[in-house]
Amino acid sequence: MSLELSMHTPPEVPLEAELLTPDRTVGMDSNAVSGIAIQHGNRQVTVGDFFTVKGKGEGELHLEGDLSRVKHLGSGMSSGSLYIHGDVGEHLGAGMSGGKIVIDGNAGSWVGPEMSGGRIIIKGDAKHLVGSAYRGSAVGITGGEIYIHGNVKNETGHGMRNGLIVAGGNSGDFTGVNMLAGTIIVLGEMGIRSGAGMKRGTIISMHPTEMLPTFSYNCDFNPIFLRLMLRALQSQNFNIEDKQITGKYQRWSGDSVEMNRGEILIFRE
Amino acid sequence: MAAMLRIVNGSIHDPANDIDGEVRDICIKDGKIVDSLPENAPRLDAGGTVIMPGGVDIHSHIAGPKVNLARKLQPEDHRRDPHPGTDYTRSGSGGTVPSTFATGYRYATLGYTTVMEAAVTPLGALHTVEELHDTPVIDKGFYVLLGNNIYLQNLLKEGKQEEFRHAVAWWINRTKAFTTKLVNPGGDEPWKGKRNSNVTDIDEKSDLFNVSPRQIIEAFVKTVNEMGLPHPPHVHCNNLGHSGNYKTTLETMKTAGDLRIHLAHIQFHSYGGEPGKNPDSKAAEIAEYINNHPNISCDVGQVMFGKSTIMTADAPLAYLLRGFNKGKWVNADTECESGCGILPFSYQEHIFTHALQWAIGLELFLLSGDPWRIMLSTDHPNGGSFMSYPKLIRLLMDKTFRKEEIGKVNQKAIAKTNLPALDREYTLNEIAIITRAAPARALSLKNKGHLGPGADADITIYDDQEDKEMMFNAPRYVIKSGEMIIQDHEFTNDYYGRILHTAPAFDEAIAENIRPFFEDYYSIEFDNYGVADNYLHEHEIIPAKNS
Repeated sequence: MSLELSMHTPPEVPLEAELLTPDRTVGMDSNAVSGIAIQHGNRQVTVGDFFTVKGKGEGELHLEGDLSRVKHLGSGMSSGSLYIHGDVGEHLGAGMSGGKIVIDGNAGSWVGPEMSGGRIIIKGDAKHLVGSAYRGSAVGITGGEIYIHGNVKNETGHGMRNGLIVAGGNSGDFTGVNMLAGTIIVLGEMGIRSGAGMKRGTIISMHPTEMLPTFSYNCDFNPIFLRLMLRALQSQNFNIEDKQITGKYQRWSGDSVEMNRGEILIFRE
Repeated sequence: MAAMLRIVNGSIHDPANDIDGEVRDICIKDGKIVDSLPENAPRLDAGGTVIMPGGVDIHSHIAGPKVNLARKLQPEDHRRDPHPGTDYTRSGSGGTVPSTFATGYRYATLGYTTVMEAAVTPLGALHTVEELHDTPVIDKGFYVLLGNNIYLQNLLKEGKQEEFRHAVAWWINRTKAFTTKLVNPGGDEPWKGKRNSNVTDIDEKSDLFNVSPRQIIEAFVKTVNEMGLPHPPHVHCNNLGHSGNYKTTLETMKTAGDLRIHLAHIQFHSYGGEPGKNPDSKAAEIAEYINNHPNISCDVGQVMFGKSTIMTADAPLAYLLRGFNKGKWVNADTECESGCGILPFSYQEHIFTHALQWAIGLELFLLSGDPWRIMLSTDHPNGGSFMSYPKLIRLLMDKTFRKEEIGKVNQKAIAKTNLPALDREYTLNEIAIITRAAPARALSLKNKGHLGPGADADITIYDDQEDKEMMFNAPRYVIKSGEMIIQDHEFTNDYYGRILHTAPAFDEAIAENIRPFFEDYYSIEFDNYGVADNYLHEHEIIPAKNS
């Protein structure tokens, strides 16, 4: 039996619930989970003050309600599954190293910052700085996968070092800024200044986009790895046309203000 | 806390009063140490502990615009090291450059009660004073940067010695500084105007002023000694960090003749070898010169492995270092007075230069003939955080531990030094000298660094432990001016330390000479410059030596 939490009182100011993860609640009964301390603004409260708790912790945690003011859910988790039936707040899965998070609704900014492993699936939209480095850090996510079926905003994959980020919708500006390695796929429209300061890594866009002057065009080609990757995404219900799988892509290399070893691939029919 | 307290049964290390481990009572009344107290005064049983005066750090960077820039530059450093508040103390953030409150509390948790901020531009003095107000527990002061001041260099160029003296005194009064600080004297200003035009030799005259670093150092040493400031010019020599710079360091010391001079973080100035090539150790030469010249004092500026923040008025140096990892750095504008460069840094055991710097620092400590003149510092946060002092103390006191640590670092670097052959172990009394008594004496703080009657009741009480790192990491009691700040390792009080500064006499007329220069070249109004008296809260003027 899994652990189910449903919100009975919406918080007035954000809740910081970094202790609410499937792995930390293993073996806890509903009373113990209700007693977990969380931060409500500048006061410490308990989970029971905001949630009705049912079941027992066995590595699967379900939350429901409007959680858009609940931050840091699943942060630092290393195993288990976290399902959120509704919207969720910022810093979802921050620094997680394993396990799975599935969101039915939309997520706030800072999805999976500095994560090193695991998988985050968001059925709706996310905001800024998906899979990015925290301010000041040179390195963002070092592993793991983030799948967002809707749109994302600016600075997706900031400082990314490894892993995969997929946006089914559009992305904002500065996609893959200061990227060190890893892969970002944007199926919708991509904003401007993509790949600014990138050293290595791959950014893939299905629509033409304005390139920075520090990127240079190399060739048109049909990358084999992308076929495999797109087919895998197709099986996860991302909207991918067959011509995108078999078609040609423009390859641009950059950013030449850095090492010029990154690439941006743009689908061109 | 009662105004009176008698501490009994502790083993006292008070080298300034020739007390080495004796068990006797310490009596505190109204924030001072006194001869005796009535029999019924409250007692603190300190059996099994080692009692020392509160620590005095002669060279650290804890407040002011450059420290604040370093904080802003490194949010990642703070995020990983929160400093929670307690019932008595405020919260903050840590890392290599802690927030103001955390700085004060963290120094207190190591048993330090007096700390000197070692480099403040006159323009930054007001900001520094404001930050020092928010740095709790410790008493504090700062040294004002005058070694690259355009106005003063113009006076030297024109040979106006008398005016120079008044101008220096004016600047100290105006900024409420403790003494003068010279950083890469004569080098920053040409560098700011023209690439690669830093001076590389102590006798090289910059084309800007036609004045050599030696002339500047000479002028300051003479002037400050004449004024009798409590601390002589605090000098960061030219060529910091460059191979072969020990010659510059020796020349700088010779320039002082037999007048008092303090050399900052001398480890960074004790390198042999050819410029541009790998350095080797000249610790023996430097230590020998210092040992034979009682007018010279210095702090070591030990490098400790791990994260640090380079934070210096030596802007050309920061520019050079930023070229190695091409990471983030700051070069701040300091108008007509000095330079400023900041970058995050990390000292690593396997890197030749870093291991060599670490070893040279230890060599200097171990070759020191007079602990009263070679003091403990890491040039926080340049060589490492002050939080690494306990480990450094263990390295000095425990040769077995030192051997283990030597085995972990780059052996090619160790081969360039004489470190493995040095078997010396510091005694508790010698540690008490290099961390308290000697800095207090070098700063002429008559009420600090000792436990005799009349001294400020700044007292640190450590559990006597075999592992000296553990021992110095967590004193059981810390008493500041008679207030029990830390009791059984927990904060039980907060305290607002004083600002220590000097006020040498000068001819007021000099201000009117400086005013036109100011109106021509500075971005702020002359009358808004410096620190007005009403900005000082708790403060103490340390009198000149000859007054």
